Amino acid sequence: MKEIVVISGKGGTGKTSLTAALSWLAGADIVVADCDVDAADMHLLLQPDFARAEDFHGGQVALIDQDVCTACGACAEVCRFDAITPGNDFYAVDPISCEGCGYCPRVCPTEAIVMEDRLSGQWFVSRIRTGATMVHARLGIGAENSGKLVAKVKNEAKRIAAEQGKEFILVDGSPGVGCPVVSSLSGADFVVLVTEPTVSGLHDLQRVHELVARFRIRCGCIINKADLNLEVTAAIGEFLTANNIVALTELPYDEAFTRAMVAGRTIVEENDGPLALQLKDCWEKIKQTA
Amino acid sequence: MKIAIASGKGGTGKTTVAVNLASYLAETRPVVLVDLDVEEPNSGLFLGAEATDGRDTFKMIPAWESTTCSHCGQCQEVCNFHAIIALPDQVMIFPELCHSCYACSELCPTSSLPMQPVKMGRMSWLSAGNLSFVESRLDIGQEQAVPLIKQTLAFVDERHAAVPIRIYDCPPGTSCPVIEATREADFVVLVTEPTPFGLNDLKLAVETMRHLDKKFGVVVNRQGLGDDRVEAYCAAEGIPLLARIPNDRRIAESYARGQRIYEHFPVVRRQLAAIMDAIKEAAS
Repeated sequence: MKEIVVISGKGGTGKTSLTAALSWLAGADIVVADCDVDAADMHLLLQPDFARAEDFHGGQVALIDQDVCTACGACAEVCRFDAITPGNDFYAVDPISCEGCGYCPRVCPTEAIVMEDRLSGQWFVSRIRTGATMVHARLGIGAENSGKLVAKVKNEAKRIAAEQGKEFILVDGSPGVGCPVVSSLSGADFVVLVTEPTVSGLHDLQRVHELVARFRIRCGCIINKADLNLEVTAAIGEFLTANNIVALTELPYDEAFTRAMVAGRTIVEENDGPLALQLKDCWEKIKQTA
Repeated sequence: MKIAIASGKGGTGKTTVAVNLASYLAETRPVVLVDLDVEEPNSGLFLGAEATDGRDTFKMIPAWESTTCSHCGQCQEVCNFHAIIALPDQVMIFPELCHSCYACSELCPTSSLPMQPVKMGRMSWLSAGNLSFVESRLDIGQEQAVPLIKQTLAFVDERHAAVPIRIYDCPPGTSCPVIEATREADFVVLVTEPTPFGLNDLKLAVETMRHLDKKFGVVVNRQGLGDDRVEAYCAAEGIPLLARIPNDRRIAESYARGQRIYEHFPVVRRQLAAIMDAIKEAAS
């Protein structure tokens, strides 16, 4: 079983639209995982049925029992996250600031503080329109531990793929280079980098590639909206060659992607022209390289 | 006034709005632009000048003193982030998991885990006329954006206390980095695009801002693309629509080259003025 992870560094390069298109082309041969748990969008194109939903508890939050608290202030003194608000009769925890380190209950002389598990999201196992299984999630508002939720989604996808004997897991990763991306990349066999020829697209590609290189994972690159700026597209091409990144395909700037999105479908369902052919070739290339 | 430019979905035009708004305002008054998207900072690319001044930023991590350690194992027990493993003959620390809560260090009975600074990124700054710019970038391999965002905001508070207008270019999403970047803001501008993805992520961002009890409004970027459901949603929810930036391939090309688009497209300049007018009205 091979795990293919699609990431982009910069948001808005078309990562999710392209991952959904590849999922459509792969049909029932894969398990799909949406690891962009912070702003998950792939369900809008693949229409999963949310057949199974599970709560996700990631991390903890401190809770002060007002009746037991003597307002001594020991908790506020040790809290490095300014999460404890002093009061005359009792202290209170600001759950948004609390990182759940568990230090305060250890110094509370009256044992007024307990650590409670924090409900920080939900994850789902669904069937999508292609007949394939999709694992996806929704992070709670302002929740931490998106990396842990990503790991949960990926592990579940792996388990299902093994059970169903699928050859590939296709993962929609998250933007940036921080904890959710690191979590998306761990265990990947091949990374697809989606970029666009803008100064920021190239900059973010270089940063995210530096991260991928640390994991020593082989990668390929799709340049989306390639005709937007031929100079930057050429610069990206040079970067790919210099870093041994497989140039997968160059797609045109095309509002057909948006029209497909508005229709709630993938681009390959809406378009049977050259764009669809290019993506078919691209998926074959990814499968062979992975 | 602190104005945070945020969005649920990435790539909707946060940086475009932040940089253009800051430069536009700097034509007539002092402004600080702060890039808080520390994982992928891009604002600086559109300023036409490098931020050469700067300093490294650090977070505090425990360091193990093998000579005094009594191997009691308490450090592993107190660490809620699994950042410490106490083996029979040594203590292993995983800095990328550490939240710098100090619990292991301060509760260690033999004081064998003193906290020490470890580099997590770099903060840089430049000033050109009325515009001051501060950006922070997380080192590759560092996973936590929040400590760096906190330090950057504290630095700006200190260094630019006198500047009346601050523009924050925030990270995408709705999780902890966004909360940190927007929590001190007086007003949050949510940039979206009129597409199903834009609408879905806008709803998440709106939920987040309501949770934080923030004043906010929406800028629709690439208006004319997609459908009109974002505008219908804003109208139904009573969310102020601050401005609409038209969908125009020439604007996308201008952005691709690293230009500040309002200098080339008068329609964008008018929208920036509209954003400021609407913020002033909504914030008062």
